[in-house]
Amino acid sequence: MSAETAKSSTESDVSGLDYEETELKLGLPGSSRIAGSELERKRGFSETVDLKLGGSESSDTRSSGAGKLPANKAQVVGWPPVRSFRKNALKSCTYVKVAVDGAPYLRKVDIEMYGGYQQLLNALKEMFSCFTIRKVGNSPNNNERRLVDPLNGTEYVPTYEDKDGDWMLVGDVPWK
Amino acid sequence: MREERSEMSENGDGDEGKDVRWSPDPGGTAPPKCRAAAGSPGGAAVPPPPFSDQVLENVLENVLCFLTSRGDRNAASLVCKSWYRAEAQTRLELFIGNCYAVSPARAIDRFRRVRSLVLKGKPRFADFNLVPMGWGARLSPWVAAMAPAYPWLERICLKRMTVTDADLALLACSFPSFRDLSLICCDGFTTIGLAAVAGNCRHLRSLDLIENDVEDDEDEVVDWVSNFPPGKTCLESLIFDCVGCAVNFDALLALVARSPFLRRLRVNEHISSDRLYQLMTRAPQLTHLGTGAFSSSVEVGDFEESLESAFHSSKSLICLSGFRDLAPEYLHTIYPVCTNLTSLNFSYAQITAEQLKPVITRCHNLQTFWVLDSLGDEGLQMVAATCKKLRELRVFPLDATEDSEGFVSDVGLAAISEGCHELRSILYFCQRMTNAAVVAMSKNCQELVVFRLCIMGRHRPDRLTGEPMDEGFGAIVKNCRKLTRLAVSGLLTDRAFAYIGLYGKLVRTLSVAFAGDGDLGLRYVLEGCPKLQKLEIRDSPFGDAGLLSGINHYYNMRFLWMSSCKLSLSGCKDLARQLPRIVVEVIRDNSEDDNSDAVGKLYLYRSLVGPRNDAPPFVKIL
Repeated sequence: MSAETAKSSTESDVSGLDYEETELKLGLPGSSRIAGSELERKRGFSETVDLKLGGSESSDTRSSGAGKLPANKAQVVGWPPVRSFRKNALKSCTYVKVAVDGAPYLRKVDIEMYGGYQQLLNALKEMFSCFTIRKVGNSPNNNERRLVDPLNGTEYVPTYEDKDGDWMLVGDVPWK
Repeated sequence: MREERSEMSENGDGDEGKDVRWSPDPGGTAPPKCRAAAGSPGGAAVPPPPFSDQVLENVLENVLCFLTSRGDRNAASLVCKSWYRAEAQTRLELFIGNCYAVSPARAIDRFRRVRSLVLKGKPRFADFNLVPMGWGARLSPWVAAMAPAYPWLERICLKRMTVTDADLALLACSFPSFRDLSLICCDGFTTIGLAAVAGNCRHLRSLDLIENDVEDDEDEVVDWVSNFPPGKTCLESLIFDCVGCAVNFDALLALVARSPFLRRLRVNEHISSDRLYQLMTRAPQLTHLGTGAFSSSVEVGDFEESLESAFHSSKSLICLSGFRDLAPEYLHTIYPVCTNLTSLNFSYAQITAEQLKPVITRCHNLQTFWVLDSLGDEGLQMVAATCKKLRELRVFPLDATEDSEGFVSDVGLAAISEGCHELRSILYFCQRMTNAAVVAMSKNCQELVVFRLCIMGRHRPDRLTGEPMDEGFGAIVKNCRKLTRLAVSGLLTDRAFAYIGLYGKLVRTLSVAFAGDGDLGLRYVLEGCPKLQKLEIRDSPFGDAGLLSGINHYYNMRFLWMSSCKLSLSGCKDLARQLPRIVVEVIRDNSEDDNSDAVGKLYLYRSLVGPRNDAPPFVKIL
């Protein structure tokens, strides 16, 4: 997590899209890892390709989660009364299977080991060493990174299947 | 999970009576009816012949050593000074339920021949992060005092104490006969301390580490298992499932192989199944097994057969736990031992009813079952159908947050009550409950001693009627005549507390959270429950008037905890003034305003030695 670039940002920073135009308000309760009613957005293909998992990566890692937590319920300390040993033990089910189109076997990744999407991408790149992360774009300030197959230049977009069985693009939901 | 050592069970304390008997005059307030009571307070005019007195004391000692229950011992010690002395000389097991109720010096001064010590520190709500770090309960002064005083000390059990590596090292070197070390919910030590114990306690019989915070820095982990001396050991119990870092497996394997008396082995999550079976084959005499991860990091292997074979050979297994990363496809390997199991802990395994079915339907003799709510009401119905001898059930939440879905409900509770009439103890986390189900349990399970229901959403009413949960809990205290421990939740009014005060005549421990309407509720309980020892309350609207209503009772209690209630500093000071032998601690959170009159956390307890001298700055003793 790079503290120096941490800033609270809205989703539109992440995608560079105008949200009002494209937003589908499908509220899926209890989705993914967020304790709160985060809207899960599904995008069309063209938007997928344009997704920049770039400089706003670090802004996804909100240290206190203040940006996105709903204000409806204040967190109560020690309630429900479950010992932290138990809470931590159950939390450690953070291993995720990673499959790449065309790769012969899957890999498992502990997403708790990573502080943000960029780190995860780097790790995936290490694992599936046929890819490189290539800088895209001409501007020197542009920090975009995408997974690219060096042989044929095909971009690979990381996606995941959420609780409801829908394929989601990696990077929408804040890292926490 | 320990069945035998009831004092240290996570469940309840099994205390029968007061720990350090409250009496302003330790010589005994009863008039000396016993004729041989020399040294009666008034002083006899003619000193009785010392010889007969000595004979009587010797006889007394020989008789009193048969008294094991500390409640009985406390009573005996109050008869007269002679009995007091004889009892003090013959007490081998010292139980101190609150380490601040008495000082090491005083304890050692009275009881000279202690072989076994049980010592408890922080209040239970410390488990839920309500007590700031550094509050106290340090073992150091106790070890320092006991090292010279109790050379024959054999056994130490600690709960919620802060134990440093230095403490463990001193302990290991000071007591040549030391055999049993049991640490539950303690913190402050690392593998360095464990290595000291392993290396220096030559007669170590049990090393039981249960839910402790063993905080090692990754690069500073010590290979403590290798520190056990070579050759055959006396080890009977080795429990380290809470140790966060991996141990040297080869050393562990060799240790198990040379420990012919080993009966209990509970390994941590770093031991995968392909290693587990190797341990099991070297210890086929095990009765208690903690299975570690119960999955495999190795992709391929025929260890599954070996694992199956290992369970087949473990004819003595009665208790299984672990399953920290359960791979359901390996569950079938435990089938051979299921019929003999009396205790099964699946509370770290995200198991569904479907997956549980083939296991639980084989467990006819199960008495203790801990599980995650992922098994659902359906799973509980299976339990109710098979486990007719069930005595203790704990259902933990997979997702321990207020807004979680919750997979079990009143349906599961009712099913259990219908199937398991022998139930003595239940801990049940849920999101939806009805009075009807709780009432049903009160009628079907007459043996209940412990009833702890946690409806995770705060202030939740009966999901069918919308009424408060008063009637349900009322039925529990009314119908379960043996009830000693109760934890309430859900929407509750003063009525619930009226019931508790009216019917809860044996209740010793009561936990209250987010409940009640006002001071009256607290008064009902304090005035109605003569056996109340431990009262812990959080986030309930009880104020100074409620607090002061207990003035006649606090000397008979071990402690009172009240946090986020409606107490004021002036009220607490008033109480402290009126009760000189009670230590009244006000614990401040960082965020609180120093000058505010509102009290965030109150912790009061009786003590023979007055305010402690090791209180941190955020604790104010009134």
